[in-house]
Amino acid sequence: MDARAAREHEHDHAHQAVPSDPALRVKALESLLVEKGLVDRAALDALIDTYQHKIGPRNGARVVARAWVDPAYKRRLLANATAAIAEFGYGGSQGEHMVVVENGPQVHNVVVCTLCSCYPWSVLGLPPVWYKSAPYRSRAVIDPRGVLREFGLDLPEEVEVRVWDSTAELRYLVLPERPPGTESLSEDELAALVTRDSMVGVAKVSA
Amino acid sequence: MNGVHDMGGMHGMGPIEYEKDEPVFHARWEGLAFALNRAMGVWAKWNLDASRHGIERLPPAEYLRMSYYEKWTARLELLLVESGLVTAEELAAGMPAPGSPKALPALTAEKVPALGKGRPASRDVPVAPRFHAGQSVRALNMHPAGHTRLPRYARGKQGTVDRDHGVFVFPDTNARFLGEKPQHVYSVRFAACELWGGQASPRDSVYLDLWDDYLEPA
Repeated sequence: MDARAAREHEHDHAHQAVPSDPALRVKALESLLVEKGLVDRAALDALIDTYQHKIGPRNGARVVARAWVDPAYKRRLLANATAAIAEFGYGGSQGEHMVVVENGPQVHNVVVCTLCSCYPWSVLGLPPVWYKSAPYRSRAVIDPRGVLREFGLDLPEEVEVRVWDSTAELRYLVLPERPPGTESLSEDELAALVTRDSMVGVAKVSA
Repeated sequence: MNGVHDMGGMHGMGPIEYEKDEPVFHARWEGLAFALNRAMGVWAKWNLDASRHGIERLPPAEYLRMSYYEKWTARLELLLVESGLVTAEELAAGMPAPGSPKALPALTAEKVPALGKGRPASRDVPVAPRFHAGQSVRALNMHPAGHTRLPRYARGKQGTVDRDHGVFVFPDTNARFLGEKPQHVYSVRFAACELWGGQASPRDSVYLDLWDDYLEPA
């Protein structure tokens, strides 16, 4: 093949849009990168294990429960979320710059990333499919109340809705309202009530 | 770029599909796609902004068709070839070119916890803020063909600076390896009615984190 034919051949490859089985495509890429010495299989396994088992919304739930029972902690959390969350040992990738926004009777906060999938990994883990999907990303900013109704949350008109579009490197965690009737619960029991969705702002916490 | 990724305010994308008790990865290959992206990032041939731009540059029909980790896989292939870590021929063949040297992996299992410590995008450099909390600002009506984090729905709209987050790397230049151009990022509050007109609730608002270069006084 001469150089021009080779370039055209390459061009064809670059623009071909034949859907292939993603599992095979990823496996082929892994093999190539291992063969070239660019990645180490044990490191890949360790990465998968970390995000599958070690980082997830239970982290955020512990932060929320602490804020509910400890007013001084809540003040620190709202003033400097990154530092207050680090008190639990949580931080790092996609949690380097944290902001916590508080829900209350008059204000409801909800988080989105319209441009991609920015999400506070360090406290919530990797985002669910719906958060990364076109329906949520397109509508959360133009019709937040309609989106929240789809999640089963019908907010009264007098409640102010604040949508946080994660356009920069700040990552947002919603501090949901503590549900009534939970005065006798321990911090751990409270943490067990806190859902991922409530910390994104698409649900309330119920007792 | 005015790409299909810039979805805020679009219609017709359908209902939100919620999966109860969703697993972190639906199959082994999703975890592998995630891990390969993270592990290859350690070679530092690209940065976070360039990698986001990689996904934005996928053909629009492909972007909409592909699942999330399919996009991550396609983006990684694109960046691998562009950075020269892998040739297009090697990618097509699925094996290294004959006689090509074998590298030592940049990321080993022992280094995974350190990678998890993250990389702040803030910069400790003295840059004066052009705006302050409480100030009225307007997002520029700009349409760069390259990477930007100013969504279309906010361009030309007036808002109020809520707070100054400090100095951060500027994605528009960093994504194209034209320098970090550190500058202030502000949380800017836009009234929902300013963005969407009378159909929006007069109480509601959208907050965006915007760089100095995206704003002008209003």
